[in-house]
Amino acid sequence: MENAVKISVKNLNLYYGDLQALKEVNIEISENSVTALIGPSGCGKSTFLKTLNRMNDLIPNTKITGEVLLDGNDIYAGDCDVIELRKNIGMVFQKPNPFPMSVFDNVAYGPRVHGERNKRALQETVERSLKAAALWDEVKDRLSKPALGLSGGQQQRLCIARVLAVQPEVVLMDEPTSSLDPISTGKIEDLMDELKKKYTIIIVTHNMQQAARISERTAFFLLGDLIEEGDTIDIFKTPRDKRTEDYITGRFG
Amino acid sequence: MQRSTRKKAVQGVAFSFLWIGAIITIVVLLVIVGYILYQGVPGLSWEFLTQSPKAGGKEGGILPMLVNTIFLVIASLAIAIPVGVLSAVFLAEYAKQGRIVRLIRSAAENLAGIPSIIFGLFGFIFFGKILGLGWSLLNGALTAAIVVLPTIMRTSEEALLAVPQSYREGSLSLGATRWQTVTRVVLPAASPGILAGLMLSMGRIVGETAALIFTLGSADRIAQSLMDSARPLSVHLYILAHEGISTPKAFSTATVLIILVLILNLTAAFLVSRANKNRKTKG
Repeated sequence: MENAVKISVKNLNLYYGDLQALKEVNIEISENSVTALIGPSGCGKSTFLKTLNRMNDLIPNTKITGEVLLDGNDIYAGDCDVIELRKNIGMVFQKPNPFPMSVFDNVAYGPRVHGERNKRALQETVERSLKAAALWDEVKDRLSKPALGLSGGQQQRLCIARVLAVQPEVVLMDEPTSSLDPISTGKIEDLMDELKKKYTIIIVTHNMQQAARISERTAFFLLGDLIEEGDTIDIFKTPRDKRTEDYITGRFG
Repeated sequence: MQRSTRKKAVQGVAFSFLWIGAIITIVVLLVIVGYILYQGVPGLSWEFLTQSPKAGGKEGGILPMLVNTIFLVIASLAIAIPVGVLSAVFLAEYAKQGRIVRLIRSAAENLAGIPSIIFGLFGFIFFGKILGLGWSLLNGALTAAIVVLPTIMRTSEEALLAVPQSYREGSLSLGATRWQTVTRVVLPAASPGILAGLMLSMGRIVGETAALIFTLGSADRIAQSLMDSARPLSVHLYILAHEGISTPKAFSTATVLIILVLILNLTAAFLVSRANKNRKTKG
Protein backbone atom coordinates (compact mmCIF):
# COMPACT_ATOMS: atom_id res chain seq x y z
CA MET A 1 0.00 0.00 0.00
CA GLU A 2 1.42 3.36 -1.04
CA ASN A 3 0.98 6.22 1.38
CA ALA A 4 -0.04 9.69 0.24
CA VAL A 5 2.70 12.23 -0.47
CA LYS A 6 3.24 14.54 2.51
CA ILE A 7 6.19 16.61 1.36
CA SER A 8 7.22 17.19 -2.19
CA VAL A 9 10.52 18.92 -2.97
CA LYS A 10 11.08 20.28 -6.47
CA ASN A 11 14.36 21.58 -7.90
CA LEU A 12 15.57 22.80 -4.53
CA ASN A 13 18.83 24.76 -4.50
CA LEU A 14 20.35 26.32 -1.41
CA TYR A 15 23.30 28.66 -1.22
CA TYR A 16 25.32 29.79 1.81
CA GLY A 17 26.73 32.94 0.27
CA ASP A 18 28.67 31.68 -2.76
CA LEU A 19 28.69 28.07 -1.64
CA GLN A 20 25.97 25.89 -3.07
CA ALA A 21 24.98 23.45 -0.34
CA LEU A 22 22.06 21.76 -2.13
CA LYS A 23 21.85 21.14 -5.85
CA GLU A 24 18.58 20.52 -7.66
CA VAL A 25 17.13 18.24 -5.03
CA ASN A 26 13.93 16.44 -5.99
CA ILE A 27 12.25 14.07 -3.56
CA GLU A 28 8.82 13.02 -2.42
CA ILE A 29 8.21 11.98 1.15
CA SER A 30 5.18 9.88 1.94
CA GLU A 31 2.92 10.14 4.94
CA ASN A 32 3.31 7.90 7.99
CA SER A 33 6.71 6.57 7.06
CA VAL A 34 10.29 6.93 8.17
CA THR A 35 12.66 8.41 5.62
CA ALA A 36 16.37 8.23 6.39
CA LEU A 37 18.83 10.76 4.98
CA ILE A 38 22.35 9.39 4.81
CA GLY A 39 25.67 10.61 3.48
CA PRO A 40 29.10 11.75 4.68
CA SER A 41 29.50 14.83 6.88
CA GLY A 42 28.97 18.07 5.01
CA CYS A 43 26.94 16.44 2.24
CA GLY A 44 23.93 18.67 2.84
CA LYS A 45 21.58 16.25 4.54
CA SER A 46 21.21 18.34 7.73
CA THR A 47 20.89 21.46 5.60
CA PHE A 48 18.15 19.75 3.62
CA LEU A 49 16.36 18.78 6.84
CA LYS A 50 16.44 22.40 8.01
CA THR A 51 14.90 23.65 4.77
CA LEU A 52 11.78 21.65 5.60
CA ASN A 53 10.83 23.72 8.65
CA ARG A 54 12.71 26.83 7.56
CA MET A 55 15.18 26.71 10.43
CA ASN A 56 17.78 27.84 7.88
CA ASP A 57 16.01 31.23 7.98
CA LEU A 58 18.17 31.82 11.07
CA ILE A 59 21.41 31.55 9.12
CA PRO A 60 22.33 34.81 7.43
CA ASN A 61 23.16 34.94 3.70
CA THR A 62 21.23 31.84 2.67
CA LYS A 63 19.41 31.82 -0.65
CA ILE A 64 16.89 29.25 -1.73
CA THR A 65 15.33 28.48 -5.10
CA GLY A 66 12.81 25.79 -5.99
CA GLU A 67 9.76 24.56 -4.15
CA VAL A 68 9.03 22.67 -0.94
CA LEU A 69 5.38 21.64 -0.90
CA LEU A 70 3.75 20.54 2.35
CA ASP A 71 0.35 19.05 1.50
CA GLY A 72 0.63 20.87 -1.81
CA ASN A 73 1.38 24.33 -0.36
CA ASP A 74 4.77 25.96 -0.98
CA ILE A 75 6.35 26.71 2.40
CA TYR A 76 8.62 29.29 0.76
CA ALA A 77 5.69 31.21 -0.71
CA GLY A 78 5.33 34.77 0.58
CA ASP A 79 2.10 34.06 2.46
CA CYS A 80 3.45 31.06 4.38
CA ASP A 81 3.19 31.49 8.15
CA VAL A 82 6.51 30.24 9.55
CA ILE A 83 5.06 29.92 13.05
CA GLU A 84 2.27 27.68 11.76
CA LEU A 85 4.75 25.74 9.62
CA ARG A 86 7.03 24.96 12.58
CA LYS A 87 4.03 23.92 14.60
CA ASN A 88 3.23 21.37 11.89
CA ILE A 89 6.82 20.27 11.35
CA GLY A 90 8.60 19.62 14.62
CA MET A 91 12.32 19.11 15.04
CA VAL A 92 14.52 17.00 17.31
CA PHE A 93 18.15 18.07 17.42
CA GLN A 94 21.44 16.21 17.46
CA LYS A 95 22.21 17.12 21.06
CA PRO A 96 19.30 16.95 23.50
CA ASN A 97 18.35 20.57 24.20
CA PRO A 98 15.78 20.67 26.98
CA PHE A 99 15.22 24.17 28.36
CA PRO A 100 16.58 24.92 31.85
CA MET A 101 13.15 24.51 33.43
CA SER A 102 11.09 21.68 34.86
CA VAL A 103 10.13 18.53 32.95
CA PHE A 104 6.52 19.70 32.92
CA ASP A 105 7.33 23.21 31.70
CA ASN A 106 9.47 21.81 28.92
CA VAL A 107 6.63 19.77 27.47
CA ALA A 108 4.05 22.50 28.14
CA TYR A 109 6.27 25.12 26.47
CA GLY A 110 4.93 24.60 22.94
CA PRO A 111 1.22 24.58 23.85
CA ARG A 112 1.81 27.65 26.03
CA VAL A 113 3.49 29.72 23.32
CA HIS A 114 0.55 28.82 21.09
CA GLY A 115 -1.82 30.27 23.64
CA GLU A 116 -2.99 27.35 25.79
CA ARG A 117 -3.60 28.59 29.36
CA ASN A 118 -5.97 26.00 30.74
CA LYS A 119 -4.16 24.05 33.45
CA ARG A 120 -6.15 20.85 32.96
CA ALA A 121 -5.61 20.89 29.21
CA LEU A 122 -1.88 21.44 29.73
CA GLN A 123 -1.67 18.56 32.20
CA GLU A 124 -3.43 16.26 29.78
CA THR A 125 -1.19 17.31 26.89
CA VAL A 126 1.95 16.82 28.98
CA GLU A 127 0.88 13.36 30.11
CA ARG A 128 -0.18 12.27 26.63
CA SER A 129 3.04 13.57 25.06
CA LEU A 130 5.30 11.98 27.66
CA LYS A 131 3.48 8.68 27.23
CA ALA A 132 3.82 8.91 23.46
CA ALA A 133 7.56 9.51 23.93
CA ALA A 134 7.80 6.47 26.24
CA LEU A 135 9.04 8.62 29.08
CA TRP A 136 5.98 8.97 31.31
CA ASP A 137 6.74 6.06 33.65
CA GLU A 138 10.26 7.33 34.28
CA VAL A 139 9.38 10.95 35.03
CA LYS A 140 5.79 10.97 36.30
CA ASP A 141 7.00 11.49 39.89
CA ARG A 142 9.45 14.22 39.02
CA LEU A 143 7.53 16.47 36.66
CA SER A 144 8.49 19.54 38.66
CA LYS A 145 12.19 18.62 38.77
CA PRO A 146 14.67 20.34 36.43
CA ALA A 147 14.83 18.67 33.03
CA LEU A 148 18.61 19.06 33.00
CA GLY A 149 18.80 16.47 35.77
CA LEU A 150 17.57 13.71 33.44
CA SER A 151 19.98 11.36 31.66
CA GLY A 152 20.94 12.10 28.05
CA GLY A 153 18.58 9.48 26.66
CA GLN A 154 15.73 10.73 28.84
CA GLN A 155 16.47 14.30 27.79
CA GLN A 156 16.22 13.34 24.13
CA ARG A 157 12.89 11.58 24.67
CA LEU A 158 11.77 14.68 26.59
CA CYS A 159 12.63 16.74 23.51
CA ILE A 160 10.56 14.35 21.43
CA ALA A 161 7.66 14.73 23.89
CA ARG A 162 8.08 18.50 23.67
CA VAL A 163 7.68 18.29 19.89
CA LEU A 164 4.68 15.93 20.11
CA ALA A 165 2.93 18.31 22.52
CA VAL A 166 2.29 20.82 19.74
CA GLN A 167 0.71 18.04 17.64
CA PRO A 168 2.85 18.23 14.53
CA GLU A 169 2.27 16.17 11.40
CA VAL A 170 5.92 15.77 10.50
CA VAL A 171 8.86 15.20 12.87
CA LEU A 172 12.36 15.99 11.68
CA MET A 173 15.21 14.33 13.53
CA ASP A 174 18.80 15.46 13.08
CA GLU A 175 21.01 12.57 14.22
CA PRO A 176 18.88 12.18 17.35
CA THR A 177 20.87 9.28 18.78
CA SER A 178 24.42 10.32 17.90
CA SER A 179 25.14 11.49 21.45
CA LEU A 180 23.39 8.59 23.18
CA ASP A 181 24.45 5.17 24.44
CA PRO A 182 23.20 1.98 22.69
CA ILE A 183 20.38 1.33 25.18
CA SER A 184 18.96 4.84 24.85
CA THR A 185 19.41 4.59 21.10
CA GLY A 186 17.41 1.36 21.06
CA LYS A 187 14.60 3.02 23.01
CA ILE A 188 14.43 5.92 20.58
CA GLU A 189 14.45 3.58 17.57
CA ASP A 190 11.57 1.58 19.05
CA LEU A 191 9.80 4.87 19.64
CA MET A 192 10.18 5.90 16.00
CA ASP A 193 8.56 2.67 14.91
CA GLU A 194 5.60 3.57 17.09
CA LEU A 195 5.50 7.23 16.08
CA LYS A 196 5.38 6.63 12.34
CA LYS A 197 1.84 5.32 12.70
CA LYS A 198 0.74 8.88 13.43
CA TYR A 199 3.53 11.06 12.12
CA THR A 200 5.75 11.41 9.10
CA ILE A 201 9.34 11.07 10.23
CA ILE A 202 12.48 12.23 8.46
CA ILE A 203 15.75 11.34 10.14
CA VAL A 204 19.34 12.24 9.40
CA THR A 205 21.71 9.53 10.51
CA HIS A 206 25.35 8.57 10.20
CA ASN A 207 24.59 5.06 11.30
CA MET A 208 23.96 2.75 8.34
CA GLN A 209 22.49 -0.02 10.47
CA GLN A 210 20.12 2.48 12.02
CA ALA A 211 18.93 3.66 8.62
CA ALA A 212 18.43 0.04 7.54
CA ARG A 213 16.62 -0.88 10.77
CA ILE A 214 14.12 1.93 11.06
CA SER A 215 13.38 3.46 7.68
CA GLU A 216 11.13 2.54 4.76
CA ARG A 217 12.82 4.96 2.40
CA THR A 218 16.44 6.10 2.24
CA ALA A 219 17.99 9.07 0.45
CA PHE A 220 21.73 9.27 -0.13
CA PHE A 221 23.30 12.73 -0.34
CA LEU A 222 26.80 13.55 -1.56
CA LEU A 223 28.27 17.07 -1.83
CA GLY A 224 24.83 18.67 -2.02
CA ASP A 225 23.48 16.26 -4.63
CA LEU A 226 20.73 13.80 -3.91
CA ILE A 227 22.43 10.80 -5.53
CA GLU A 228 19.86 8.13 -5.01
CA GLU A 229 16.57 7.71 -3.22
CA GLY A 230 14.29 4.72 -2.91
CA ASP A 231 13.04 1.90 -0.73
CA THR A 232 15.57 1.28 2.03
CA ILE A 233 15.81 -2.38 1.15
CA ASP A 234 16.74 -1.58 -2.45
CA ILE A 235 19.26 1.10 -1.50
CA PHE A 236 21.08 -1.28 0.79
CA LYS A 237 20.76 -4.49 -1.26
CA THR A 238 20.93 -3.27 -4.84
CA PRO A 239 22.05 0.34 -5.04
CA ARG A 240 21.86 1.70 -8.57
CA ASP A 241 24.68 4.19 -8.21
CA LYS A 242 28.31 3.17 -7.68
CA ARG A 243 28.82 6.01 -5.16
CA THR A 244 25.90 4.81 -3.04
CA GLU A 245 27.33 1.33 -2.99
CA ASP A 246 30.78 2.61 -2.05
CA TYR A 247 29.34 4.65 0.79
CA ILE A 248 27.11 2.01 2.36
CA THR A 249 29.80 -0.65 2.13
CA GLY A 250 32.14 1.73 3.95
CA ARG A 251 34.56 2.39 1.12
CA PHE A 252 34.47 6.12 1.83
CA GLY A 253 32.77 8.63 4.08
CA MET B 1 71.75 18.34 32.02
CA GLN B 2 72.92 21.91 32.38
CA ARG B 3 70.19 23.09 30.04
CA SER B 4 67.45 21.51 32.05
CA THR B 5 68.71 22.99 35.32
CA ARG B 6 68.71 26.39 33.67
CA LYS B 7 65.18 25.90 32.41
CA LYS B 8 64.09 24.94 35.88
CA ALA B 9 65.81 27.97 37.36
CA VAL B 10 64.02 30.27 34.90
CA GLN B 11 60.74 28.67 35.80
CA GLY B 12 61.51 29.04 39.51
CA VAL B 13 62.23 32.75 39.12
CA ALA B 14 59.05 33.26 37.06
CA PHE B 15 56.96 31.41 39.63
CA SER B 16 58.33 33.47 42.49
CA PHE B 17 57.40 36.67 40.62
CA LEU B 18 53.87 35.34 40.09
CA TRP B 19 53.65 34.54 43.77
CA ILE B 20 54.99 37.95 44.79
CA GLY B 21 52.45 39.66 42.53
CA ALA B 22 49.58 37.66 43.98
CA ILE B 23 50.73 38.23 47.55
CA ILE B 24 51.14 41.98 47.06
CA THR B 25 47.58 42.22 45.74
CA ILE B 26 46.17 40.40 48.73
CA VAL B 27 48.33 42.26 51.24
CA VAL B 28 47.34 45.66 49.84
CA LEU B 29 43.67 44.73 50.04
CA LEU B 30 43.99 43.37 53.58
CA VAL B 31 46.00 46.37 54.79
CA ILE B 32 43.53 48.91 53.45
CA VAL B 33 40.40 47.09 54.57
CA GLY B 34 42.04 46.11 57.88
CA TYR B 35 43.21 49.65 58.64
CA ILE B 36 39.80 51.14 57.92
CA LEU B 37 38.03 48.50 60.00
CA TYR B 38 40.58 49.00 62.80
CA GLN B 39 39.89 52.73 62.82
CA GLY B 40 36.20 52.57 62.02
CA VAL B 41 34.71 49.62 63.92
CA PRO B 42 35.11 51.17 67.42
CA GLY B 43 32.84 54.04 66.31
CA LEU B 44 30.13 51.69 65.04
CA SER B 45 27.03 51.37 67.17
CA TRP B 46 23.32 51.00 66.78
CA GLU B 47 23.02 54.74 67.43
CA PHE B 48 25.49 55.49 64.67
CA LEU B 49 23.30 53.65 62.19
CA THR B 50 19.95 54.98 63.40
CA GLN B 51 20.58 58.64 64.30
CA SER B 52 20.87 61.79 62.26
CA PRO B 53 24.18 63.63 62.26
CA LYS B 54 24.60 66.51 64.64
CA ALA B 55 26.98 69.43 64.36
CA GLY B 56 27.61 68.72 60.67
CA GLY B 57 28.54 65.13 61.36
CA LYS B 58 30.88 65.65 64.32
CA GLU B 59 28.27 63.96 66.49
CA GLY B 60 25.38 61.62 65.86
CA GLY B 61 24.95 59.02 63.12
CA ILE B 62 24.51 58.43 59.43
CA LEU B 63 20.88 57.33 59.08
CA PRO B 64 19.89 59.94 56.44
CA MET B 65 22.95 59.09 54.34
CA LEU B 66 22.20 55.38 54.51
CA VAL B 67 18.60 55.98 53.47
CA ASN B 68 19.64 58.43 50.75
CA THR B 69 22.13 55.89 49.40
CA ILE B 70 19.36 53.29 49.19
CA PHE B 71 17.06 55.82 47.48
CA LEU B 72 19.80 56.64 45.04
CA VAL B 73 20.46 52.98 44.24
CA ILE B 74 16.77 52.27 43.66
CA ALA B 75 16.16 55.38 41.56
CA SER B 76 19.23 55.00 39.36
CA LEU B 77 18.68 51.28 38.79
CA ALA B 78 15.04 52.02 37.91
CA ILE B 79 16.45 54.13 35.09
CA ALA B 80 19.49 52.07 34.13
CA ILE B 81 18.01 48.54 34.20
CA PRO B 82 15.32 48.99 31.54
CA VAL B 83 17.63 50.97 29.26
CA GLY B 84 20.65 48.70 29.78
CA VAL B 85 18.93 45.33 29.63
CA LEU B 86 16.71 46.26 26.69
CA SER B 87 19.63 47.54 24.68
CA ALA B 88 21.56 44.36 25.53
CA VAL B 89 18.61 42.25 24.31
CA PHE B 90 18.52 44.34 21.15
CA LEU B 91 22.26 43.94 20.54
CA ALA B 92 22.45 40.23 21.36
CA GLU B 93 19.14 38.95 19.98
CA TYR B 94 17.77 41.27 17.35
CA ALA B 95 20.37 43.52 15.77
CA LYS B 96 22.04 42.28 12.64
CA GLN B 97 25.67 41.83 13.64
CA GLY B 98 27.52 44.49 11.68
CA ARG B 99 28.90 48.01 11.71
CA ILE B 100 26.14 49.65 13.71
CA VAL B 101 26.22 47.03 16.45
CA ARG B 102 30.01 47.36 16.68
CA LEU B 103 29.58 51.13 16.89
CA ILE B 104 27.07 50.87 19.75
CA ARG B 105 29.33 48.41 21.57
CA SER B 106 32.40 50.58 21.31
CA ALA B 107 30.33 53.61 22.36
CA ALA B 108 29.35 51.73 25.53
CA GLU B 109 32.97 50.75 26.14
CA ASN B 110 34.13 54.33 25.77
CA LEU B 111 31.38 55.49 28.08
CA ALA B 112 32.73 53.05 30.68
CA GLY B 113 36.20 54.56 30.39
CA ILE B 114 35.21 58.17 31.09
CA PRO B 115 36.19 59.44 34.57
CA SER B 116 33.09 59.81 36.68
CA ILE B 117 33.87 63.45 37.55
CA ILE B 118 33.11 64.22 33.88
CA PHE B 119 29.66 62.66 34.29
CA GLY B 120 29.27 64.79 37.41
CA LEU B 121 30.09 67.92 35.46
CA PHE B 122 27.72 66.88 32.67
CA GLY B 123 24.90 66.18 35.13
CA PHE B 124 25.54 69.46 36.91
CA ILE B 125 25.28 71.46 33.67
CA PHE B 126 22.79 69.43 31.63
CA PHE B 127 20.36 67.95 34.16
CA GLY B 128 20.98 70.59 36.83
CA LYS B 129 21.15 73.87 34.93
CA ILE B 130 19.63 73.26 31.48
CA LEU B 131 16.81 70.93 32.57
CA GLY B 132 16.51 72.78 35.86
CA LEU B 133 16.76 69.77 38.17
CA GLY B 134 19.34 71.47 40.38
CA TRP B 135 20.87 69.39 43.16
CA SER B 136 18.34 66.63 43.50
CA LEU B 137 17.82 62.91 43.93
CA LEU B 138 16.52 62.81 40.35
CA ASN B 139 19.62 64.51 38.96
CA GLY B 140 21.90 62.20 40.99
CA ALA B 141 19.96 59.13 39.88
CA LEU B 142 20.11 60.12 36.21
CA THR B 143 23.84 60.78 36.44
CA ALA B 144 24.55 57.57 38.35
CA ALA B 145 22.43 55.69 35.82
CA ILE B 146 24.73 56.92 33.04
CA VAL B 147 27.77 55.87 35.08
CA VAL B 148 26.55 52.25 35.42
CA LEU B 149 24.75 51.94 32.09
CA PRO B 150 27.80 50.51 30.23
CA THR B 151 28.35 47.91 32.96
CA ILE B 152 24.74 46.77 32.90
CA MET B 153 24.70 46.69 29.14
CA ARG B 154 27.93 44.73 28.77
CA THR B 155 27.28 42.19 31.53
CA SER B 156 23.71 41.63 30.29
CA GLU B 157 24.88 41.21 26.73
CA GLU B 158 27.57 38.74 27.76
CA ALA B 159 25.04 36.79 29.82
CA LEU B 160 22.68 36.65 26.84
CA LEU B 161 25.41 35.57 24.44
CA ALA B 162 26.43 32.79 26.85
CA VAL B 163 22.96 31.22 26.56
CA PRO B 164 23.41 28.16 24.32
CA GLN B 165 22.13 28.66 20.77
CA SER B 166 20.39 25.29 21.08
CA TYR B 167 17.81 26.82 23.46
CA ARG B 168 16.86 29.39 20.83
CA GLU B 169 16.70 26.73 18.12
CA GLY B 170 14.55 24.50 20.32
CA SER B 171 12.13 27.29 21.06
CA LEU B 172 11.88 28.62 17.52
CA SER B 173 11.47 25.12 16.09
CA LEU B 174 8.37 24.70 18.28
CA GLY B 175 6.80 27.68 16.55
CA ALA B 176 7.60 30.29 19.20
CA THR B 177 8.22 33.84 18.01
CA ARG B 178 11.56 35.54 18.59
CA TRP B 179 10.05 37.66 21.36
CA GLN B 180 8.57 34.59 23.11
CA THR B 181 11.95 32.89 22.79
CA VAL B 182 13.73 35.85 24.36
CA THR B 183 11.29 36.42 27.20
CA ARG B 184 10.49 32.81 28.09
CA VAL B 185 13.78 30.98 27.51
CA VAL B 186 16.75 33.24 26.88
CA LEU B 187 16.25 35.94 29.52
CA PRO B 188 15.48 33.47 32.35
CA ALA B 189 18.57 31.45 31.38
CA ALA B 190 20.67 34.62 31.38
CA SER B 191 19.20 36.07 34.57
CA PRO B 192 21.96 35.01 37.01
CA GLY B 193 24.55 36.73 34.83
CA ILE B 194 22.38 39.81 34.44
CA LEU B 195 21.76 39.92 38.20
CA ALA B 196 25.49 39.70 38.86
CA GLY B 197 25.98 42.74 36.64
CA LEU B 198 23.28 44.58 38.58
CA MET B 199 25.00 43.76 41.87
CA LEU B 200 28.30 45.15 40.59
CA SER B 201 26.44 48.24 39.40
CA MET B 202 24.88 48.69 42.83
CA GLY B 203 28.35 48.52 44.37
CA ARG B 204 29.51 51.12 41.90
CA ILE B 205 26.61 53.47 42.73
CA VAL B 206 27.10 53.04 46.48
CA GLY B 207 30.76 53.97 46.12
CA GLU B 208 30.34 56.73 43.55
CA THR B 209 31.31 60.17 44.83
CA ALA B 210 32.69 62.41 42.10
CA ALA B 211 29.61 62.15 39.89
CA LEU B 212 27.31 62.86 42.79
CA ILE B 213 28.79 65.88 44.58
CA PHE B 214 27.68 68.20 41.78
CA THR B 215 24.38 66.50 41.07
CA LEU B 216 22.87 64.93 44.17
CA GLY B 217 24.01 67.69 46.52
CA SER B 218 24.87 67.33 50.18
CA ALA B 219 21.81 68.07 52.32
CA ASP B 220 22.27 65.89 55.41
CA ARG B 221 18.69 64.80 55.89
CA ILE B 222 16.49 62.12 54.36
CA ALA B 223 15.25 63.20 50.92
CA GLN B 224 11.49 63.79 50.92
CA SER B 225 11.04 63.78 47.15
CA LEU B 226 12.90 63.19 43.92
CA MET B 227 13.59 66.93 43.76
CA ASP B 228 15.27 67.06 47.17
CA SER B 229 18.98 67.45 47.51
CA ALA B 230 20.38 64.43 49.38
CA ARG B 231 23.77 63.40 50.75
CA PRO B 232 24.74 59.74 50.22
CA LEU B 233 27.29 57.87 52.36
CA SER B 234 30.14 58.41 49.92
CA VAL B 235 29.69 62.20 49.83
CA HIS B 236 29.26 62.27 53.60
CA LEU B 237 32.59 60.50 53.96
CA TYR B 238 34.20 62.96 51.57
CA ILE B 239 32.86 65.96 53.47
CA LEU B 240 33.78 64.56 56.89
CA ALA B 241 37.34 63.91 55.81
CA HIS B 242 37.86 66.85 53.48
CA GLU B 243 36.52 69.49 55.81
CA GLY B 244 38.23 67.90 58.80
CA ILE B 245 34.97 67.54 60.70
CA SER B 246 35.66 64.20 62.36
CA THR B 247 38.21 61.58 61.41
CA PRO B 248 36.71 58.82 63.61
CA LYS B 249 33.26 59.41 62.07
CA ALA B 250 34.80 59.35 58.60
CA PHE B 251 36.38 55.97 59.31
CA SER B 252 33.14 54.57 60.70
CA THR B 253 31.27 55.80 57.62
CA ALA B 254 33.96 54.21 55.45
CA THR B 255 33.52 50.96 57.35
CA VAL B 256 29.78 50.91 56.61
CA LEU B 257 30.50 51.75 52.98
CA ILE B 258 33.07 48.96 52.63
CA ILE B 259 30.77 46.40 54.23
CA LEU B 260 27.93 47.38 51.89
CA VAL B 261 30.09 47.11 48.80
CA LEU B 262 31.60 43.84 50.04
CA ILE B 263 28.14 42.32 50.50
CA LEU B 264 27.11 43.38 47.01
CA ASN B 265 30.30 42.04 45.41
CA LEU B 266 30.07 38.72 47.25
CA THR B 267 26.45 38.37 46.13
CA ALA B 268 27.56 39.04 42.56
CA ALA B 269 30.34 36.44 42.82
CA PHE B 270 27.88 33.92 44.23
CA LEU B 271 25.44 34.53 41.38
CA VAL B 272 28.19 34.18 38.79
CA SER B 273 29.40 30.89 40.23
CA ARG B 274 25.85 29.58 40.33
CA ALA B 275 25.34 30.60 36.71
CA ASN B 276 28.54 28.79 35.73
CA LYS B 277 27.48 25.68 37.60
CA ASN B 278 24.14 25.70 35.77
CA ARG B 279 25.96 25.96 32.49
CA LYS B 280 28.05 22.92 33.34
CA THR B 281 25.08 20.68 34.11
CA LYS B 282 23.73 21.68 30.75
CA GLY B 283 26.47 19.44 29.37
